[in-house]
Amino acid sequence: MNVKISMQANGAKRHATVPPMKRLLDVLRDDLGLTGTKEGCGEGECGACSVLMDGEVVNSCLVAACQADGAEITTVEGLAPDDGPLSAIQEAFWEYGGAQCGICTPGMLIASADLLSKDPRPTEATVRETLSGNLCRCTGYVKIIESVLAASRMQKRPAKKAAKKGARR
Amino acid sequence: MSRPKSRKLGGVVGTNVRRKEALDKLTGKAAYVADLEVPGALWGLTVRSTQAHAKITSIRRDPSFDWSGVTVITAADLPGMGCGNVVQLIVDDQPFLAEDVVTHPEEAVALIAAATREHAEEAARHLKIDYEPLPPLFDAESEDAVSFKDYLIEKGDVAKGFASADVIIDGTYRFGAQEQAYIENNGVIAWHDGSSVTVRGSMQCPYYVHKALKRLFDLGSTQVRVAQTVTGGGFGGKEEFPSLIAGHASLLAKATGKPVKILYDRAEDMVATTKRHPGRVKHRTGLTRDGKIVAMDIDVLLDGGAYATLSAVVLSRAVIHSAGPYRCDHIRIKGKVVRTNTPPNGAFRGFGVPQSCFALERHLDVVASKLRMDPVAFRRKNLLRDGETTATGQVVADAGESHKALDQALKQSDYAGKKKAFAAFNSTSRYTRRGIGVASFLHGTGFTGGGELYLMSEAGVALTPEGTVVVLAASTEIGQGTRTVFSQIVADTLGLPYALVDVADPDTANVPDSGPTVASRTVAVVGRIVADAAKNMGDALAAHAGFDRATPWSEARFRAAAKKWLADGKDSRFIAKFANPSKQVWDEKAYRGDAYGAYAWACLVAEVEVDLLTFEVTTLALTSAQEIGKAIHPRLAEGQIEGGTTQAMGWALMEDVVMKNGRMANGSLTNYVIPTSMETPPIRVITLERPYAHGPFGAKGIGELPMDGGAPAILNAIADAIGLSMERIPATPERLAAEWLASGRKPLIDERRDAGFAPPPRAAKSKARRA
Amino acid sequence: MRGDLSQLKVSRPASLDEALALLASDKPPMPLAGGTDVFVGVNDGHPRAPWFLDLSALSKTLRFIRLDKAGLSLGAMTTYTDLRRSKAIATFAPVLAAVARDVGALAIQNRGTLGGSLGNASPASDPAPVLLALDAHVVLASEKGERSVPLHEFFTGYRKTAARPGELITSIVCPRTAGPWMHWYRKVGTRRAQAISKVVIAGALSVGKKRRVEGARIAFGSVSATTVRARHVEAVLLGETLSPALIAKAQETLSRDFTPIDDIRSTAEYRMHVARNLLGAMLLASGR
Repeated sequence: MNVKISMQANGAKRHATVPPMKRLLDVLRDDLGLTGTKEGCGEGECGACSVLMDGEVVNSCLVAACQADGAEITTVEGLAPDDGPLSAIQEAFWEYGGAQCGICTPGMLIASADLLSKDPRPTEATVRETLSGNLCRCTGYVKIIESVLAASRMQKRPAKKAAKKGARR
Repeated sequence: MSRPKSRKLGGVVGTNVRRKEALDKLTGKAAYVADLEVPGALWGLTVRSTQAHAKITSIRRDPSFDWSGVTVITAADLPGMGCGNVVQLIVDDQPFLAEDVVTHPEEAVALIAAATREHAEEAARHLKIDYEPLPPLFDAESEDAVSFKDYLIEKGDVAKGFASADVIIDGTYRFGAQEQAYIENNGVIAWHDGSSVTVRGSMQCPYYVHKALKRLFDLGSTQVRVAQTVTGGGFGGKEEFPSLIAGHASLLAKATGKPVKILYDRAEDMVATTKRHPGRVKHRTGLTRDGKIVAMDIDVLLDGGAYATLSAVVLSRAVIHSAGPYRCDHIRIKGKVVRTNTPPNGAFRGFGVPQSCFALERHLDVVASKLRMDPVAFRRKNLLRDGETTATGQVVADAGESHKALDQALKQSDYAGKKKAFAAFNSTSRYTRRGIGVASFLHGTGFTGGGELYLMSEAGVALTPEGTVVVLAASTEIGQGTRTVFSQIVADTLGLPYALVDVADPDTANVPDSGPTVASRTVAVVGRIVADAAKNMGDALAAHAGFDRATPWSEARFRAAAKKWLADGKDSRFIAKFANPSKQVWDEKAYRGDAYGAYAWACLVAEVEVDLLTFEVTTLALTSAQEIGKAIHPRLAEGQIEGGTTQAMGWALMEDVVMKNGRMANGSLTNYVIPTSMETPPIRVITLERPYAHGPFGAKGIGELPMDGGAPAILNAIADAIGLSMERIPATPERLAAEWLASGRKPLIDERRDAGFAPPPRAAKSKARRA
Repeated sequence: MRGDLSQLKVSRPASLDEALALLASDKPPMPLAGGTDVFVGVNDGHPRAPWFLDLSALSKTLRFIRLDKAGLSLGAMTTYTDLRRSKAIATFAPVLAAVARDVGALAIQNRGTLGGSLGNASPASDPAPVLLALDAHVVLASEKGERSVPLHEFFTGYRKTAARPGELITSIVCPRTAGPWMHWYRKVGTRRAQAISKVVIAGALSVGKKRRVEGARIAFGSVSATTVRARHVEAVLLGETLSPALIAKAQETLSRDFTPIDDIRSTAEYRMHVARNLLGAMLLASGR
């Protein structure tokens, strides 16, 4: 028996009619076409499915569709407008090599953006601990952490202001 | 990090240009195979054997289930479909679908396609497969294990060598399998229209899949098209395995006439796909009293699993590297890879070298300790120098780099200072002990021996109508930045802006066969071919336009020359072939000669802290010095070193493939643990650059070397910290505790019994969540 | 194989009364809060129930941290992040913030709840030993009313609790206890984050003048079919003076309180060895 759910996804009101226990991850990817969020394990271990739900990082593979009804969701697609400049964290990942194969990157960006919005000048140890729920097999985390620290320096102020420079090539 | 010298033309080689392939990954737009929407696609599913070794006595459909809308394929259907049931690789022993016998757990027995995943799974539950079990063999060390392949390498006369030795020291070292654990699971989509087949998917080697599909369907090269989608990690796990999953999806596509998606979930990917070969290496080493190695007798045994796949090549690399970067006149290396009733093992970064390097470098620390020699001094005494020869008799002109790597790693890690500091720490610390360990190692670039000649790879460049340049190569980008690095190479070869160059998607319809994306060959071998082609293009365009080739291009002049070239009806493509620039001479029968065009040299220093309450090992720091010829993109190069070193750390300490009845029992990311950001220490990377004459801009291979030395360096550090010699990896806390107890040491708290309640001389730091 | 989760039913009560009414059904739904354990079963094709009770709307009633004269009262839907952020916890029971920090990683901490962990009754629950050492009791509500069960009577077997049909955990209460208590906790997991525990030790010790043990509550996780209080060890310690000999005796007594097993993550030998070591370290620390 399907249910109709509504949510704010990346600032837009979206609806879906889905089985209530459908995973939020699948609602985002299949029903809302937001394929930026990835499945890596289906067990809440890898964090590739991380999204912001009502201001907190969650593993969307562990959230039921019915629990996301009425929620405010941000996915990687929501970090920067389609034709606008990249956010500071995305710029930093690009410049400092925070992504290699990129499959963990959406989750990493979400977790990093969340951290910087709550703690604009985190220590290296805080960054390391905050990202411990996002597994990366390529980088050894070194340049991911460097990227987050760089982004925190790039941000002049806390909260969601995107970096002005966004020259894309 | 050493500062790379930039090319005299200025250019982009040696600089950290922004990656061409990164933007889509950062915005969520990158299309991995699971992201592709294919209207009308069916869901494909693989039904797998529950037995390790058994006759298949029947495969029956439960008549109570409605099978309309479901397609089922078994081996028996293949001849009628005009298909040959062999996965083409090296030996024709692996079928796409088991015929009469299953030889390993999780072997594919049937394929099912239906409109949805749920329907396919429900159908699978109603497919009854009956087995008559046969005796399985799981122990690779058993007398009954049958060998896929043997090697023998001989240098000098080991009997003579041992006769001249003052001391002979034996050791046996064991290593477990390792799961690649790429974060993107295997997946492909296939289309078959009756006369041609197309596959898109996560893979490292489109042309391996291409060959396998040609053979499966008996089709010509232009009737098979394979294209790589954005791939979320490979590490070797998507080298040969994709041929199997691609064949499965294509068979279903042929049978149904519809596109078919097969996307593995994590559990299936972990239990059913290839892993690093586990095994054991025995060492017998003869030395003079003052620590000079005079004889080495090495016995390598690898567990290949049920089918040959790439085992012979893994073994080859393992044996060739098993004597490491050391001088020794008398060497004998025997190697064998055997069949067991477990899922076939395959490629994983390092490809046999991490295994043999672990054994050698751990053994040499044991040897040094028995000789009461400092392990660093021991290595200095025995490391090869420029112009000396390896176990296969190859003259290595730049072996002196191994000494430089050792020097740099020791210096940057402050080895001497740490030894003192750790000794002081250990004398006062209540529950933890620190140690430092070293490993010296090497990795041959490209395919072994005549392999590159056999591959005869092709790659090139093409002009677009706008007068820009596109690289045509089958090399895939799997995180290492291939698109960026190839663009840098071509941009600087032609003297053009980086923005004018890009790389075509690896699609067999458009790109030539550049060989597989493996063996650390992408930059050094394929990059060189691409550079050759670019040079040819530059020369041809200049000549045709009447420009002096010695004068650097400007963007305007290049575009003009390009347009003239194309307007005059010339071929837009410039394809070059592998030219064997290093002129390797290799004797495949005797297994002697130039095994590789070049070796790259490295040294890793590991610092650890062992908690004697729990035997948890914390890696405090890793310092990696790697000689890489030339860092085309320093940040990408560092990324390879940091990532590979972390994977090695995982294998050394925590990644345990637990096998029960031939099957991986811990096939989930919960129970097969890879390092998180909390495990990974600061990693200092030093790149040494001694240009390799035959690589583009001096570059050598880089991708695998970082994997090779991590395990022994860490275990050497553990031995330094607590005096426990672990001869087996992973060195989990359980194994360390068991060794500690077996060694007769008192349980820790007893040691402090007499100290009563006095705090230790230096107050132990109390942390919020630790003792 | 994931299975067909479109067949799973969900009810979302708007109030506790509504929830309790649904739980009074013949085949009651399984409570679902953060989903960090329930959904793992859903994802691998083995959902633990065909019908779930989504508690999301009950946050107002069931998600709280209150400190008063009697002690600390934690709503069942309190998350690990709530514990980490709470000033009351930082003052009254910082050990709860410590264990919360060790559960999974941030995304799990944001969703996982104490009620979920206790209701699940996994022997590997990280907070359970800590709550046992805090002498917690569990408040259960049903249509028939409310009752309180000491946590040390709550786990009755492997993944089994003393909750009766129709009951829902609504809160966990940790009483104030007289005298200075030292709280000590350590989790040994498969790795430093995102880890299932292999051994968890939690202790509350009251050591008076001349190192006399006036109170001891020592609990272990992941060494037995349920989280356990080490009763024999406690009995050996109570009323005695801490000394190296007493500590050794306590360590030897541990094998009377549980017999760990080999499993996919660890071995019996390791668990016992580490449990003894950590007990010793804890007792040494308490005597200083």
